[in-house]
Amino acid sequence: MTSPLLEVENLHASVAGNEILRGVDLTVRAGEVHAVMGPNGSGKSTLAHVIAGRPGYMVTEGTVRFRGRDLLAMPPEERAREGVFLAFQYPVEIPGVSNVYFLKAAVNAIRKHRGLPEYDAIEFLSLVKQKAKLVEIDEDLVKRPVNEGFSGGEKKRNEIFQMALLDPALAILDETDSGLDIDALRVVAGGVNQLRSPERSMLVVTHYQRLLNYIVPDFLHVLVEGRIVRSGGKELALELEEKGYAWLEKEPPAVAAR
Amino acid sequence: MESVKRDNASVLELTEGEYKAGFVTDIEAETIPAGLSEDVIRLISAKKNEPQWMLDWRLKSYRHWLTMKEPTWQNVHYPPIDYQAIVYYSAPKSRKDAPKSLEEVDPKLLETYEKLGIPLRERAKLAGVAVDAVFDSVSVATTFRAELEKVGVIFCSFSEAVQNHPELVKKYLGSVVPHTDNFFAALNSAVFSDGSFCFVPKGVRCPMELSTYFRINSANTGQFERTLIVAEDRAYVSYLEGCTAPIRDENQLHAAVVELVALEGAEIKYSTVQNWYPGDSEGRGGIFNFVTKRGACRGRRSKISWTQVETGSAITWKYPSCILQGDDSVGEFYSVAVTNHRQQADTGTKMIHIGKNTKSTIVSKGISAGRGQNTYRGMVKILGKADGARNYSQCDSLLIGDRCGAHTFPYIEVNNSTAQMEHEASTSKIGEDQIFYFQQRGISPEEAVNMIVNGFCKVVFKELPMEFAVEAQKLLGVSLEGSVG
Repeated sequence: MTSPLLEVENLHASVAGNEILRGVDLTVRAGEVHAVMGPNGSGKSTLAHVIAGRPGYMVTEGTVRFRGRDLLAMPPEERAREGVFLAFQYPVEIPGVSNVYFLKAAVNAIRKHRGLPEYDAIEFLSLVKQKAKLVEIDEDLVKRPVNEGFSGGEKKRNEIFQMALLDPALAILDETDSGLDIDALRVVAGGVNQLRSPERSMLVVTHYQRLLNYIVPDFLHVLVEGRIVRSGGKELALELEEKGYAWLEKEPPAVAAR
Repeated sequence: MESVKRDNASVLELTEGEYKAGFVTDIEAETIPAGLSEDVIRLISAKKNEPQWMLDWRLKSYRHWLTMKEPTWQNVHYPPIDYQAIVYYSAPKSRKDAPKSLEEVDPKLLETYEKLGIPLRERAKLAGVAVDAVFDSVSVATTFRAELEKVGVIFCSFSEAVQNHPELVKKYLGSVVPHTDNFFAALNSAVFSDGSFCFVPKGVRCPMELSTYFRINSANTGQFERTLIVAEDRAYVSYLEGCTAPIRDENQLHAAVVELVALEGAEIKYSTVQNWYPGDSEGRGGIFNFVTKRGACRGRRSKISWTQVETGSAITWKYPSCILQGDDSVGEFYSVAVTNHRQQADTGTKMIHIGKNTKSTIVSKGISAGRGQNTYRGMVKILGKADGARNYSQCDSLLIGDRCGAHTFPYIEVNNSTAQMEHEASTSKIGEDQIFYFQQRGISPEEAVNMIVNGFCKVVFKELPMEFAVEAQKLLGVSLEGSVG
């Protein structure tokens, strides 16, 4: 068995003084796809943001290790360079900065960190062409300012496109399905599936089971009130679909996931 | 909450970056005592061997200045200036045996330019730029003059122009900015130390970009530059002005006047990168920059274009303007103004449309960070006879952090119903979520701010000559260093 990529142990975190995560344990190994489901306010997105290092979230207890290193000690940009990617639920608009310029800076920052030579403009553009095709994104979007004036679907597609370019070891998808119609969902999920590989792990955070019809996880965890209350295989999703979250909310927390 | 506190601490740490051009060159200055009187003006004039008419003009200006009051309408706040505590003349000692070439220039002076990243020699040779370097108050190095003379372009210090081209100076001095114009212009007219003079005769396209580097370097010395640029019929000239100054304990007053005259079909492009010492993070010791810049498009189809990147000074008070007198004349104003720490800027332009079918464009980008206050103040005035006048104005503000401010005061006065006016404005803020987005993609917060700011200023930067644009981008990065944590 391979050594874990991500190890979350007894993670407690609060936002503005309110404790949201109350002891999360989670282990993700290379190549695995984990889904985290849960009702609104259960702490799914908080878990995603704490791993990525978003300001405003305070870790009060517990550890997060990434390839054995203390992830919480790293600033967000270093986590990204180490291979943690967060596909945002609500990607921000960055007026005046073109997508392609932004992505070139990002890709090169990451390559530099990994001791690889930086791409020049020509190399980068050919990479862009290749990845754009993979996730079916209009090349026109690549030239526009980052997310500015993008539709909801275009923003999500842009996130997956960025993920393809940045080639992360761990991709966290934060409610990537929210606000997508069924066609957009199919395209986005198709992009994600293209990017599945034995070297890449994924943490798919979602409220609805339907995304998991397209992105089939290896493991599924149910988060309720800041704790993982149940872990299992993909069949757990169907059970949830049928019974809702209520039947789990009354149960005691599960023993450490996996 | 602790992580929030930590963020704030890093903001503080980062915003307290030292001013990169902070050092004082030790050159024995020939300085007269502080204070202002008719005697002081006579002394300045005598030291410069000026003819009687020049002294008379100074005295006339001084007497008028005495009747004026310092303006208070601007949106900047500063302690009262004691005009009797200012030294009104200071020249580097080496001036007596004025250098004929760069080799004769005080090596320490050249060293100063080196430190600033302005290797004069190399710049002059490699970039083909003629440099009229103003160090304190007297020009010490003028290059490429001969080459310019070949095509009839006069480019020299203002003092030299008074000696060698009195008829031109008499004809144009004060013709755009009269000695009575405003408090600071009147003061400048009385005590101006030196500056640049440029004359491009009929039909001549100036073969190179002209450039002046200003530098305040003597403690407590007011800097009163006077610049006059005249482009005759169908002439063209592009002029670059760059400023930087060393660290200073007390506030320094800087009241420059720039006058531009464009005759029929002439074009003047005036670009500024201003980086006077902005004061420390509490605003102590920065330059007070009260500048009057104005251009007159006298002839038909003439054009004057101002481009400015203002990153320095504790206080900036500056409205480069165009008087569009000739029919079909064009005025442009492109501006980036940055205020960080406790800097205050009240800047903008005036476009006065007098002639028919005159056109003006205003693009103003204000960036506020720290506790900086940034005000755009602009006036577009269409006079009754200016049929078919057109103006396009765009004023955008960018805020970084939540302790700074942006203010916009656009004045529009239209007296002709055929005029077409367009005004666009926006205010945006670099949000924590934007910075985090960059970080999540592996880009540092500093680089994130740089990228956003450069994107915001792109339209103005592209108006600058190439090498200046690069310098301006660098300067912006330094000015905003760590304004976001």
